[in-house]
Amino acid sequence: MVSKHNKKKRGPWREVWRRLKKNKMAMGGLTVMILLALIAIFAEYVAPYGFDDQNLANRFIGPSREYLFGTDNLGRDILSRIIYGSRVSLTVGFIAVGIALVIGGALGAVAAFYGGKVDNVIMRLVDIILAIPGMLLAISLAAALGPGLTNMMIAIGVGSIPGYARIVRSSVMTVKEQEYVEAARSVGASDLRIIMNHIIPNSLAPVIVQSTLGVAGAILSASALSFLGLGIKPPNPEWGGMLAGARQFIRDYWHMTTFPGLMIMITIYALNLLGDGLRDALDPRLRS
Amino acid sequence: MYKYILKRLLMMVPVLLGVIMVIFIIIEITPGDPARIMLGESATEEAVARMREEMGLNRNIVVRFLDYVRGVVLRFDFGTSYRTKQPVIGEIISRFPTTFKLAGLTTIISVVMGISLGIVSATKQYTIFDSLATGIALFGVSIPNFWQGLMSIIIFSIWLRWLPASGSYGPEYWILPAATLGTSASAVIMRMTRSSLLEVIRQDYIRTARSKGQTEMKVIMYHGLKNALIPVLTVIGMQFGFLLGGSVLIESVFAIPGLGKYMIDAIGQRDFPVVQGGVLFLAITFSFVNLFVDILYSYLDPRIKSQYKRDSKETHKKDIRQKEVLNGKQAQ
Repeated sequence: MVSKHNKKKRGPWREVWRRLKKNKMAMGGLTVMILLALIAIFAEYVAPYGFDDQNLANRFIGPSREYLFGTDNLGRDILSRIIYGSRVSLTVGFIAVGIALVIGGALGAVAAFYGGKVDNVIMRLVDIILAIPGMLLAISLAAALGPGLTNMMIAIGVGSIPGYARIVRSSVMTVKEQEYVEAARSVGASDLRIIMNHIIPNSLAPVIVQSTLGVAGAILSASALSFLGLGIKPPNPEWGGMLAGARQFIRDYWHMTTFPGLMIMITIYALNLLGDGLRDALDPRLRS
Repeated sequence: MYKYILKRLLMMVPVLLGVIMVIFIIIEITPGDPARIMLGESATEEAVARMREEMGLNRNIVVRFLDYVRGVVLRFDFGTSYRTKQPVIGEIISRFPTTFKLAGLTTIISVVMGISLGIVSATKQYTIFDSLATGIALFGVSIPNFWQGLMSIIIFSIWLRWLPASGSYGPEYWILPAATLGTSASAVIMRMTRSSLLEVIRQDYIRTARSKGQTEMKVIMYHGLKNALIPVLTVIGMQFGFLLGGSVLIESVFAIPGLGKYMIDAIGQRDFPVVQGGVLFLAITFSFVNLFVDILYSYLDPRIKSQYKRDSKETHKKDIRQKEVLNGKQAQ
């Protein structure tokens, strides 16, 4: 029923948006994310230099008017590299969560909908993946698959599957028992119709919250993998990779370490604010 | 009680077998012929073929998997390093105490910080202190720990010259790594304590305790905290796994000669058996820590034990549901 209301542009989703708008912190987070997305999309126009423009005469320059965040050991503009790097981080963040959401969500929904043996088998598999700490699984997979954007997304995505499987499962299990599902069934709606029109829209709330926070986690993992040399290959800029490159110059050039990490933190902080805000907006009962 | 522990141990067996299988599959999908890597690029085809035979690489994959499981379980064979040609378990065992010390120290710090800040924040809800603490906690969750490590080296070691930047030779060497690693754990524990305690202090029995004239301190500590601690304990157990993963990065940042640094150095040298052996070892450790947390539950909450006696399956499901909810709250 939610979906029908949604088409008419009123109803619960509008209510959620109204509540979210009141939360200044969450709106701040959303604004930062929109800005970041715009910067990533229009990197060519925003960045003052190219991400691999080397100028060996201008190595290790501190923050100045010409180079706002300074330059690195090859004389590359750090600000420009951060701007181009946002493309990698955002892509990995959203696609890794997308992979985990689609696979984990499908597994969780199937487990909850059919129950019994299917449920048991799926959830035991999920238990196994969950027994391996996420960062370690990502390191292990990334080491096996080798560096690169796609492999990094797979390595991070696989580790997040169990989280989504569990959330979707418990969410669907709650919705499945509701009276409106029984009502739909009694008037002869098909399984597919029940799933699409009733179960999915009504079990979305926790999934949306988890996904927002999940993107933050994925960006963090991606930068950690790159920092360990398991992510994007140089010269392509990635925030974690830039930190790895800055490490050997840490004693003399603080600016090389400071700005890429600051960028990671701002992004994660914005996503966490947005996720917390969404949780409050989607479930007013939690706001005690 | 022993029966309960025994049952939980038995329930762990299939999960651990599954973990071993996952690592086996990851090793299988790693490109490159292990025999060729062991012998080096200059080795002849015949030598490589002989080595493959010797290492049993030509056998059926199922046979190899069973052999791998047998090796891990019976001989603690976690693989052989490409570089040193030595079993990795020796190095793992000698380095693990360092990692465990770091993770344990960090856990203690973050439990003390997290729970005490959580209590104050929950009891003083809507005050400036509460908003300040929750705001800082969100920062703690958002800061990448390896970057925090690098920045604290810049600030405390290079600029202020207060603390050493790398190595582990004395107590002062542990301050920066443990503080860095503990930030996000403290923040997560603080957030959980706060929300769990907020829920509990709205219960009827808290009102009853207050109306009987108990001091506020006693109400919060005896009646509130004891009941609020169970989800917090779950988070602490899960944080320990997170810390084992995080210690890999932090050891690398602060050059602490633990298991994590061993694994990261191995990545640079493309010595993959070390990486996978280390991950497997840490995953198994994590499973045992979780078992320990589960057993602690039954001490804290007698309902769990009695329920377990009635219907062991139900309790397990309840446990899992509880963890599910927490998983949602803990996105990292």
